[in-house]
Amino acid sequence: MANGVDNLDDQVRENRIWRSIFRSGSGGSNLRRALFVQQNVFLHLFSIKARKRVLEFSVTWYLGALTFGTFLILVITGILLMLYYHPSVPQAYADMKDLQYVVSSGVFLRNLHRWSAHAMVFLVFAHMFKVFYRGAYRTPREFNWVIGVVLLLVTLLLSYTGYLLPWDQLAYWAVTVGSNIASAVPVIGAKVRFLMLGGTAVNANALLRFYVLHCVILPLTAVLFIAVHFWRIRKDGGIYPGESAAVESVSKVGSK
Amino acid sequence: MSDSKDFVAVVDSDARKTPRRIAFITKRTSPQVHVKDEDRVMTYPEVLFRAAVAIEVMTAALVIVALLWDAPLEGLADPMHTPNPAKAPWYFLGLQEMLHYFPPVVAGVLVPGLVVMALIVIPYFKINVEAEGLWLRDKARRLRIFGIVVVLFCIFLTVFDVWVALVPTLIVAGFMLLAAQTDFQTAQGFRKWLVRKPLSFWVMTWFLFELVVLTAIGTFFRGPGWSWVLPWRA
Repeated sequence: MANGVDNLDDQVRENRIWRSIFRSGSGGSNLRRALFVQQNVFLHLFSIKARKRVLEFSVTWYLGALTFGTFLILVITGILLMLYYHPSVPQAYADMKDLQYVVSSGVFLRNLHRWSAHAMVFLVFAHMFKVFYRGAYRTPREFNWVIGVVLLLVTLLLSYTGYLLPWDQLAYWAVTVGSNIASAVPVIGAKVRFLMLGGTAVNANALLRFYVLHCVILPLTAVLFIAVHFWRIRKDGGIYPGESAAVESVSKVGSK
Repeated sequence: MSDSKDFVAVVDSDARKTPRRIAFITKRTSPQVHVKDEDRVMTYPEVLFRAAVAIEVMTAALVIVALLWDAPLEGLADPMHTPNPAKAPWYFLGLQEMLHYFPPVVAGVLVPGLVVMALIVIPYFKINVEAEGLWLRDKARRLRIFGIVVVLFCIFLTVFDVWVALVPTLIVAGFMLLAAQTDFQTAQGFRKWLVRKPLSFWVMTWFLFELVVLTAIGTFFRGPGWSWVLPWRA
C-alpha cells in the first residue's frame, strides 16, 4: 500500500505539468530535498541544510517562526475582515456590530485577528530578548538585528493603526493619547500630528489614513523586511548555534 | 593565496648548532584541522516541518482563545466624552506610565527615541560584543563608576517621584553588587552564573525589568486620573 502511494507520488512529481510548475524532480533523495528548497522562490530564502543543534527547542524557542505564524494568521483574517469593513465614520463601527450579529463567524474572525495581533507584539519582543540573551546579534549578524528592530517598529505601528479601525471609544481615545505624544516632538510636533491624522483631531480622515497604513503600506513593508530578515539568516551563516560552536565556525571561515 | 613563505626554515640535524625546533603554524595550516563538521539536517523536511508544527500548535491555541474570549468593543467613538482613564494599547502603557512623571517631550519622544537608537546600535558597540563578566577585570574602578551612575540615577528618579522605576533599578543594582561580591573561582550555582554576566546583560536585563514593571503597572494598577488602583478591588 505504502509502495503504491510512493509510486503515485513519484508519478505525480515526474509528471510534465508538475515539473513545469515546481521544477524540482522526483526521487526520495537529499538532492530532491535540496531542490525542493533551492528551486522554490519563497523557500530559497532559506539555506538547504541547517545545523542539527539549532532545531532543539531551547535554542530559539521557535519564537521567530511563531512570530511569522501570527503574521500569516493576521494576513488571512485581515483580508477576510476587509470584506466586511468600510473605513468611514460612523459606518466602521456599524460594521463591527454587523460582524457581531450578521456575519457568520464574524465575532470569531475579529477575535482571532485581535488576539493574534497581541500575540505578535508579545512574540516580537520575546524573540528580540531571546536573540539578545543568546548573543546572536554579534558579527556577522549585526545588520539582521537592525532589520529586526525595524520589524519591531513596523509591528508596533501595524498594531497601533489597527487599534483605531473599530471606531469605538477604546480605539478613539487610545489613538488620541498616542497622537498627542506625537505633538510633543520639538518644533515639528504639530505638523507631524497633522500629517498622521490628516487633520487637527482624530476624525474620518485619520480613520482613512490608518486604514491605508494598516492594510497596504505597513503589511507590504513588513513582507519586504521579513523576506530580507529570513534571507539574511542564510547569508549570515544560519541560525546562531551558540557560544561553543562560534569558535569552530570562525576557524572554518579562516581556513577557507 | 601566494606561495611566498613568511619564514625561513633551516634544516639541520646538528643538535648542538640548532638545538631548538620550532613549529610554524601559518594560515594555510590551521591548528584546528581536526574540528569535526557539525551534524546538519535538510531544511526540507526537518526544519520546515518543525516550524509548521510549531505554528499549527500556536494557531490551535489562538483559535481556542478566540472562541473563549471576545475582543473588547465599547460604544461608538464620541469625541465629547473622554473615558477616565484613556489608555493607549498595552504595549505603550509603559510609556504612558512615564508620561505621568515626565513632560511629553521626555517621556514620549526622548526616551522612546533613545531606546530605539540604543537597540539599533547594540551589535556595533564593543561593550555588547564582549562576553566577559563585568567584575572580572578592573573591578575597583568599575565599582566606582557603577556607584556614581546608580546613585545619580536613583536621586533623579526620587526627585521626580518615580518609585515604580526606582524599585526595579535598585533590585538589578543589588544583583550587580552580589555579582561583584562573588569570587569567580569558588562560586557555585546561581552566583557562578551571575558573576560571568557582562555589562550588556545587566543593561538589557534592567531595561526588560523596567519595561515589564511599567507596562504591568500601566495596564493593571492605574485607574481614574491615573491614580493607583488595585485590580482585584475594582
